[in-house]
Amino acid sequence: MSAISLSDLDISYGSAKVVEGVSFDVAEGESFALVGESGSGKSTVLKAIAGLAPDWTGGMSVLGQPRGHRPDRGFARRCQMVFQDPYGSLHPRKTVDTVLSEPLQVHGLGNRDARVEEMLRAVGLDRRFRFRYPHQLSGGQRQRVAIARALMLEPKVMLLDEPTSALDVSVQAEILNLLKRLRAEQGLTYLMVTHNLPVVGFMCDRMAVMNRGRVVEIAPATALHDGSFADPYSRALYAASGGTAHD
Amino acid sequence: MQMLRRDWYHDDAPASRFQANAGRFYRAGGLLMRNPLAVLGGAIILLLVLTAAFAPWIAPYSAVGQDLSARLLPPSAQHWMGTDELGRDILSRVIYGARITLMIVALVAVISAPLGLIIGAVSGYFGGLVDKVLMGITDVFLSMPKLILALAFVAALGPGIENAIIAIAITAWPAYARIARAETLTFCQADFIGATRLLGASHGRIILRHVLPLCTSSMIVRVTLDMAGIILTAAGLGFLGLGAQPPLPEWGAMISRGRVFILDQWWVATMPGFAIILVSLGFCFLGDGLRDVLDPKQGGKS
Repeated sequence: MSAISLSDLDISYGSAKVVEGVSFDVAEGESFALVGESGSGKSTVLKAIAGLAPDWTGGMSVLGQPRGHRPDRGFARRCQMVFQDPYGSLHPRKTVDTVLSEPLQVHGLGNRDARVEEMLRAVGLDRRFRFRYPHQLSGGQRQRVAIARALMLEPKVMLLDEPTSALDVSVQAEILNLLKRLRAEQGLTYLMVTHNLPVVGFMCDRMAVMNRGRVVEIAPATALHDGSFADPYSRALYAASGGTAHD
Repeated sequence: MQMLRRDWYHDDAPASRFQANAGRFYRAGGLLMRNPLAVLGGAIILLLVLTAAFAPWIAPYSAVGQDLSARLLPPSAQHWMGTDELGRDILSRVIYGARITLMIVALVAVISAPLGLIIGAVSGYFGGLVDKVLMGITDVFLSMPKLILALAFVAALGPGIENAIIAIAITAWPAYARIARAETLTFCQADFIGATRLLGASHGRIILRHVLPLCTSSMIVRVTLDMAGIILTAAGLGFLGLGAQPPLPEWGAMISRGRVFILDQWWVATMPGFAIILVSLGFCFLGDGLRDVLDPKQGGKS
């Protein structure tokens, strides 16, 4: 059973078709990257899976269950998302504690104090951050909180929408290491959107290269070492990020 | 000890939910205290509240007791604000009138602010047809002058203080709905709303727990600023004889009765007029101060 399976997916915003004919499978436990330049539709694919871009046609299933067009409670337990901008993804008037307790309240899970403390520890936040507001945290700390919120319901699949692009370089490394460790510890499946090829090499097993709303190539991450891309656009993208083809 | 308390409020790593909230209020309160006009406004409102609460002990005479031998006396040591045409002490009536004013203001705010807030937030959050219908209704109410609409309602419901309150509340909510909708639109596409939906939270929960808290600060400011208008509308209805009925010492009604003698016995109309001006000013000052504290992006600092 594949963790995420998309077949012939078209997504539109209003009358504009943003993504066309996207198909790929992500195996359970795999880390899969969507790469491409800005506006290539890679974030839109994540939003459609999450249910935040409801205007799509085609086939979509997560952990074997077909996806509806909106977020639902059952799906929330299986799949969560981390957003790109940690400044926009946390409610400005809610403390870390409230943010992390909310998913437990929504799903009627008990033992909240212990779970929140445990999750803070898991994402490497000291417990003194627990009752702070987002404006009292740095960007990296906020992103840790966002990751913690996504993990509160113990999902198996994580959608990561450029989780480090809004952070500065040293913090990026911390967050990437955190994501890598969490994946190993909890056996998570990652579908990660990024335009940063070194991140793909560090985090992912396979990648799909997107251009103008279409997947042009699906390649293993090892292609980043030897430049063995088949599609001319992928080669151009690879060359632009400083790689040289060896073929 | 004093230092310890301040440190507790300013702790940047609060140990409990309560401490985090207390710290937030403490900081907002500190900012408010540094604004002299806001302090003045707050003092006036506090005076109004205390006056209303302790009216029977403060007032030197009864508010309704008549003394026809002491009609229309000018302000003096016995009657600080003079007496009216039935020999009632105007100071006592103004003091008792604070109760009525406070009741009108509080009830109108309690009815219209939550109503407007919820209608606006629902409208902005769902958009589409819901938005069109709710905002259409809001526009209908907004398109009519407030006082005229209130007049029409009171005329239909019958004169009296309760009906005046209902009428003012009915005319006050559309402005709040507009503000709440505009605020909601600015952040309903934000990632933190999307993230909450992804957690499986219902629309009701998102509106109540996530959207409304972000609208309330601008709403508190707006309601405080509008309270002056509410007092004036209530006074206007009283003046036209559609608000509080005699012998209730409502300030607007008192001005209306004093109008007959305004040239010869000026104090009859002027004293309640002063009270209205003072309380309206108090609410305006406090509202401006609250805006600077709660809503820094719109504050008049520049």
